[in-house]
Amino acid sequence: MEPFGYVRAGTVREAAEALAEHPGARCLGGGTNLVDLMKLGVERPGLLVDVSRLPLDTVEELPDGSVRVGATVRNSDLAAHPLVRDRYAVLSQALLAGASGQLRNAATTGGNLLQRTRCPHFQDLSKPCNKRTPGTGCAAREGTHRDHAVLGHSEQCVATHPSDMAVALAALDARVELDDGRTTRAVPADRFHRLPGDQPERDTEIRPGELITGVVLPAATASLPSAYRKARDRASYAFALASVAAVLSTAEDGTVAHVGLAFGALAHKPWRAERAEAALRGAPATEDAFAHAVERELQAARPLRDNGYKVPLARNLAVDVLTRLAARRTRPGTLQEDS
Amino acid sequence: MAGHPDKGGATHDDSARATGHRSEVTLTVNGTPHTLLLDHRRVLLDVLREDLDLTGSKKGCDHGQCGACTVLVDGRRVNGCLLLAVTLDGSEVVTVEGLADGTGEPHPLQKAFLDRDAFQCGYCTPGQICSAVGMLAEAAAGHPSHVTDPAAPSGRPVRLDAAEIRERLSGNLCRCGAYPHIVEAVEDVI
Ligand SMILES: Cc1cc2nc3c(=O)[nH]c(=O)nc-3n(C[C@H](O)[C@H](O)[C@H](O)COP(=O)(O)OP(=O)(O)OC[C@H]3O[C@@H](n4cnc5c(N)ncnc54)[C@H](O)[C@@H]3O)c2cc1C
Ligand code: SF4
Ligand code: FES
Ligand code: FES
Repeated sequence: MEPFGYVRAGTVREAAEALAEHPGARCLGGGTNLVDLMKLGVERPGLLVDVSRLPLDTVEELPDGSVRVGATVRNSDLAAHPLVRDRYAVLSQALLAGASGQLRNAATTGGNLLQRTRCPHFQDLSKPCNKRTPGTGCAAREGTHRDHAVLGHSEQCVATHPSDMAVALAALDARVELDDGRTTRAVPADRFHRLPGDQPERDTEIRPGELITGVVLPAATASLPSAYRKARDRASYAFALASVAAVLSTAEDGTVAHVGLAFGALAHKPWRAERAEAALRGAPATEDAFAHAVERELQAARPLRDNGYKVPLARNLAVDVLTRLAARRTRPGTLQEDS
Repeated sequence: MAGHPDKGGATHDDSARATGHRSEVTLTVNGTPHTLLLDHRRVLLDVLREDLDLTGSKKGCDHGQCGACTVLVDGRRVNGCLLLAVTLDGSEVVTVEGLADGTGEPHPLQKAFLDRDAFQCGYCTPGQICSAVGMLAEAAAGHPSHVTDPAAPSGRPVRLDAAEIRERLSGNLCRCGAYPHIVEAVEDVI
């Protein structure tokens, strides 16, 4: 690791000023990804701006019925929070399906959104990687890529985004709040992460000098039946091979009233299944209709040599989760997940 | 802004703050306060082992992937290998060496691990025990896990069966595969 300066920010403005003054600076949340990457030499910030003690550590209901989650709320506390467990079950489940108890105690909401890919070549300085060092090539495309993207990848990069939480946020129509010390803006969670295109070094829409200050969970998806399902190589403490976050409510006549569906580990961003959602709105909430819609979505998949298994895996996960949610109707919270 | 490097007291000189590479940090470890001048690169695990001679916490992977370095910071279990010590100024740290009570009587979990022979080489054991201590507090505070029924009421203590214990301790790997006895040892104390 190279030497670096350290400042602990007391306010968002202080943090933003430190970022603005030092182009090589990085925010530090729980450090569970950044410190790891610094040890590997992938990240070499000259200054760490510790944002973990900013007064952004609360989960609160806003007057319009939405719920605001501060950027420094730890993943474990967010998963356990009654407002989240009772109204946004998919978010609690996604968080609990990620990492370990120790890591979730340290990891923050902001840091989770901005964690980097787990592509092994990205973490290995001896390998070409367009995301780490633009223009050097991609070791994954023809190399080890069993865990990589099947949707939306580019010639430049076939990495996936590893966050489970972000997949739930996309399905819930959450918003990410950003602040550069002067102005604030909000970006829909499903448009916060980006596809690699010819700029794979950019994971998200965050601009230099901006901080994540929080995430807003909308009133519109509060208390709708929802669930997260994740397939992985071992039962716990492993990144997803494929995952699905689903929010589904049905009308009296058994048709789909609201559906939010997003896949994890299939693309460079949480993959919002917009085509499937469009096909399902107003359609009968049946297993057949779910299968048809999900297959339509996954027609866009372009698997690499060794990751074709992800397409049927994602299909089966999604159809199963939607079917179980439909069986629940709008009765809140009774889906026992098995892994 | 707090967390000034090298200079004693608050300073308004941003460049000095940004170029200093060391800071004074006060950590209370197993009840004893220590004030140390630390390079910002130092992680808690290395400070415990190298500066404070507390070698109970182990380095398995150094990347958050094994749990051998698990300690309690302000009562919560965390991976010491990924925590920069400079970020912990003012924190209370408890390691496996600090779990025994004042009279030297081992913690009930330490006794249970001995009674159940919940280890072979013992390398993962301090991390397993610290993790279990943190985990029991989380369950008592009503924190759910991946295997908790999502319909269970929020905020109430979670009853721990073997599946819950396994899931909640999944952040602690054991190369010797002592898992069955580890689960039994934890079951003994709940
Ligand atoms: C062994 C292991 C297994 C894991 N398994 C999973 C898993 O299964 N699923 C999963 O989803 N995740 C998993 N993770 C990843 C974990 O969830 C992330 O490391 C964690 O969420 C990152 O949060 P943090 O606060 O520690 O971020 P940090 O490491 O502090 O920061 C990450 C990035 O975010 C930036 N940042 C942090 N906060 C802000 C802010 N407020 N504003 C702007 N920028 C900010 C930092 O500059 C940095 O670039 C795993 C990690 C490990 C080590
Ligand atoms: S997939 Fe992306 S992150 Fe992985 S080696 Fe290729 S460019 Fe780098
Ligand atoms: S040494 Fe910290 S998790 Fe392995
Ligand atoms: S007892 Fe040897 S690693 Fe667990």
